Amino acid sequence: MISFRRHPLTQPCWVGYLTLFLFLFLFLAISLFNTACRKETLVQRATREKILLLGNGAEPKALDPHIVQSVGDGNILRALFEGLVTNDPSDDSANDPGVAERWESNSKYTRWVFHLRHNARWSNGDPVTARDFVWSYHRILHPKMGAPYASMLYFLKNGEAYNKGEIVDFSKVGVKAVDDDTLVCNLENPAPYFPDVVKHTTWLPVHRGTIEKFGKMTDSYTRWQLPGNHVSNGAFKLTDWRIGAYVKVRRNPYYWDKENVKPRGINFYPIDNQFTEEKAFRNGLLHLSYTVPQNLIDSYRKKKNTPLRIETYAGVYFYRCNVNRPPTDNINFRKALSYAINREIIVKYVTMGGQQPASGYTPPSKGGYHPPDKVKFDPILARQFLKKAGYQSGAEVPEFTIFINTSEAHKDIAVSIQDMWKKHLGLKNIKIENQEWKVFQQSVQDQNYDVSRAGWIGDYADPNTFLSMFVTGDSNNRTGWSNPDYDRLLAEAAALSDPKQRYAKLFQAEEVLLDKLPVLPVYWYTRVYLKSPDLKNWNPLLLDNHPYKYIDVISD
Amino acid sequence: MSCRCGLIPEEGKMGNATVHIDEKTIEKGSSLGRDAWFRLRKNRFAMFSLWFFIGIVALCFILPFFPGIADPNNTHPDLKSLGPFTSADSMEGNRIFYLLGSDHLGRDIFARMLYGGRISLMVGFLATSVSLGIGVIYGALSGFVGGRIDSFLMRIVDILYALPFMIIVIILTTMFGNKLWLLFVCIGAVEWLTMARIVRGLVLSLKNQDFIEAVRSLGLSQWRIIYRHLIPNTLGPVIVYTTLTVPAVMRLEAILSFLGLGVQPPDASWGSLIKEGADRMASDPSLLIFPALIFGLTLFSLNFLGDGLRDALDPQSSRD
Amino acid sequence: MDSIRYILSRIGQSLFALFCIVTITFFIARLTPGGPFLDDKAFPDYIMKQLNAQYGFDKPLPVQYVYYMGRLIQGDMGPSTGNKGFTVNDVIAQSWPVSFILGISGLIIALAIGIPVGVFAAARQNTFIDYSLMGLAMIGICLPTFVIAPLLDEIFAVRLGWFDAAMWEDSSAWILGAVTLGLYYSAYIARLTRGSMLDVLHQDFIRTARSKGISFLKVLFKHAFRGGITPVVAYMGPALAGLIGGSFVVETVFGLPGLGQHFIKAATNRDYWLINGTVIVFASLILAMNFLVDVVQVWLDPRRRKNG
Repeated sequence: MISFRRHPLTQPCWVGYLTLFLFLFLFLAISLFNTACRKETLVQRATREKILLLGNGAEPKALDPHIVQSVGDGNILRALFEGLVTNDPSDDSANDPGVAERWESNSKYTRWVFHLRHNARWSNGDPVTARDFVWSYHRILHPKMGAPYASMLYFLKNGEAYNKGEIVDFSKVGVKAVDDDTLVCNLENPAPYFPDVVKHTTWLPVHRGTIEKFGKMTDSYTRWQLPGNHVSNGAFKLTDWRIGAYVKVRRNPYYWDKENVKPRGINFYPIDNQFTEEKAFRNGLLHLSYTVPQNLIDSYRKKKNTPLRIETYAGVYFYRCNVNRPPTDNINFRKALSYAINREIIVKYVTMGGQQPASGYTPPSKGGYHPPDKVKFDPILARQFLKKAGYQSGAEVPEFTIFINTSEAHKDIAVSIQDMWKKHLGLKNIKIENQEWKVFQQSVQDQNYDVSRAGWIGDYADPNTFLSMFVTGDSNNRTGWSNPDYDRLLAEAAALSDPKQRYAKLFQAEEVLLDKLPVLPVYWYTRVYLKSPDLKNWNPLLLDNHPYKYIDVISD
Repeated sequence: MSCRCGLIPEEGKMGNATVHIDEKTIEKGSSLGRDAWFRLRKNRFAMFSLWFFIGIVALCFILPFFPGIADPNNTHPDLKSLGPFTSADSMEGNRIFYLLGSDHLGRDIFARMLYGGRISLMVGFLATSVSLGIGVIYGALSGFVGGRIDSFLMRIVDILYALPFMIIVIILTTMFGNKLWLLFVCIGAVEWLTMARIVRGLVLSLKNQDFIEAVRSLGLSQWRIIYRHLIPNTLGPVIVYTTLTVPAVMRLEAILSFLGLGVQPPDASWGSLIKEGADRMASDPSLLIFPALIFGLTLFSLNFLGDGLRDALDPQSSRD
Repeated sequence: MDSIRYILSRIGQSLFALFCIVTITFFIARLTPGGPFLDDKAFPDYIMKQLNAQYGFDKPLPVQYVYYMGRLIQGDMGPSTGNKGFTVNDVIAQSWPVSFILGISGLIIALAIGIPVGVFAAARQNTFIDYSLMGLAMIGICLPTFVIAPLLDEIFAVRLGWFDAAMWEDSSAWILGAVTLGLYYSAYIARLTRGSMLDVLHQDFIRTARSKGISFLKVLFKHAFRGGITPVVAYMGPALAGLIGGSFVVETVFGLPGLGQHFIKAATNRDYWLINGTVIVFASLILAMNFLVDVVQVWLDPRRRKNG
């Protein structure tokens, strides 16, 4: 047989070489053409045109203030709509006039009167009246609307009853339009911080005419939200919305304060992937990023004139414990777990975002509420509590699982804490289960977990937003924990109008919480993001609600 | 007289067989497998790849039993991101030596790679076997039978291919929990579809060739024809495709952990290690380089082994 | 006449297959735990009931199914619960062109590199060139897209500044995305091509043609190519569907608003109608591609016409 060691078909085959060269040539040509054409970066052009380019995290689920739930959606809504009271650009606790020029309350803080300005207008020219607000609150509280955050309006008298369907006449709910420019709110309980509450996105007004043009008041998925149909009363109006690409807003020509609106428009970019967003920022595509990948925080910190910003944020990262399941049903065991977590190590080496190790549950606010100082790392105490719980050694503890949803950050923290519990308590049977997002939500909702990761961000500047969730039966409790003392203390605090007394009562309630420990606080959040030097007037805010009309872009 | 009807017989061997008819001196018949093995041994590159691959498997499954290999799940967050060949003191006071460095939680990269290898190799092999077994038989059957049954079987493949994989995996993991064997089943259940299509295509071409007519005229049963004559002749591209399937399987496993459905923390697989490394490539390149290197080398060796096998099984290829 | 009957019967089969796919997906999507409205911040049950009622999720499943199919036949794929205000038709119409451009570019790159490289390696079997080309191809297969994509992005966009790092509008980032997709598939195609070209090149009729003095190139393209291309064509079906269906990873890494992100997001959000919508698009693509591929295979290999 003829040997084919040297193949008879070996002739110079230029086809292969040629294609490779052709391809490389094309690639280089395109890239050179590209760099030659681009004279300025996107950011430089945007600064020139006075458009803000902001990274906004995930895609907005909706642009209707009555159905959104997440923070990113809230940002866009605050650009589009304006409530009675607005956020101050440098101080969270300050309340700036929005649609309401001024407001006052009775001495008990149960009746508030808002005086609306005469020149507030919707983006189609219609005047903004008190009746718009009444209609809006009717909509969000309407039982058929299914507004997830309707509970924010339970401050109003009978708000909860109406939402649950116990009352069917909305006129019994404590909000009335005395005339076009006067809105009166009657509250269930005294609330000296009520102007803070109405800054929240759920209290924003919507345009009745537009909504009713596309469907019933309570239809949540009609086309009124799309650009071209969308009508809003804020500094900007919606001009473009491409899913996964951008949401663009431009100046509202009818806005009452339009002379003071600095930017000509804002482009919100819903970049999911934090690494992509960081690359986009470095590449000159964004003025502001939503977050920073953990592994790059250090290198940014070391830069001169770094764009990195780390700011305190009103939120807490914690682990929920299922108090109805062994071994977490034992309070001494939970204490052992809590004392065995070395929070310093976690914030210094794992999360690295300048977070503060939690010493209580509610994050402290400057000049305001400070939580009890009862949470810390103490391995000796931890082992004592383990013995008190009835376990001579960690090996005796039955297997239990930490549930997390898919995220590198949650995974790293869980792995670290699992290892800490192993090191300091000798627990050998801890599993970590990484569940898909909705499966995770369902597990937590159904209380089908042992320990699960959790986080909570404050809705308004008051400790009540953190503590009310642990009341018996609250839908955000999800631990099965119920304590009549705690419930009583919170109810008593709600009835008090003097802020100092309220804080003292809430402090007592939190002491109960930290004593019984249905949750294990880990750290208090920070906002970590990148900011271009072109962005001016951007100040650190605890709730991170920046009023965009004051944000200017100037190139230095 | 021995008859290896599936192959074009080699001149030399056939010659011998016709001479020695006497029972006692009959030469030991040589099967397809045996011939292939002889030819493979002559291919030095393929043999090297085989030994290399066996070496990696041994490393991952046996080496961890030796003392001195760190626990891959031991975190030392204060000793994070150290380079290769460094020693450091842990908080508990012992001295730790990192062969390839430490990751972002202070775990030993080398140990993680070994334990991760166990999982990746298991997933790779079991899932590939599942997909190979089902795919080849299904495809060969469908191609051979032809006509309406073939169309029907291929439509089923199309339907299964179009179903949203992620949702099915979610449902299965919720029903059975996040077990490793579920991973093999899910991945194998996806990969067999493409294998079936390719085999069917090949069988359809082969079906009408002369030698099949010849064998059919000998009166062999359908199954015999498929098993002894069609399948061996599809082995070439099937082997090539199998060597492409193993990395696909391992990569699918990585994407599943990307989405939270694969290997559970704190365990790792090469896929999840590579994913962690890719995320951190700007700050910790060694997290990516080492796992990617071992992943790549293992797959390289599989690939060249596959090439060698393909050459060995096809008597008409160049080596002679 | 025969071919028209064949085409019609294939179309009929495909439609039936599509129907099965839609039905199966409809039911398994509902079986998945978790609903479209579950979120980190919980809300009371009575609100959840109202939301479900608004979208008709409180009715028994078969009733929902009939209602859904009724709307589907009229071309209405329903609203998207994850992107309120948009219908599924809107979502798909917006994202489809992006995936299409990405996919076609990726395919062109893949074929342009893959086939010549495969042929070349086959012609130079077992030489250094063969090994190094196949080695490079293996890199394309071994390194997953979620490694290659950010790598290309970091090097060519951020460090060298030749392309934009991300986004679709006013941006050249999609080119890097197409290259990532193309490289990945070209590696597969190169290997498949090489494998089958080797098989074909060793057959007798090639030797005969060469011994007759026909030039190498002519032999290659006229005689060997058709047979050698078969597995590659068979692979085109799933490859094309995958390319156009969108690669989730590439879209995420480069911030491109294509269809691929919706496959995963819809499943994550339990956006039932969008899940069905994306499955319909993907399934139609696959069925159409497979049909095309079968037709091309028959054309390439006349021996199969009898039973085609």
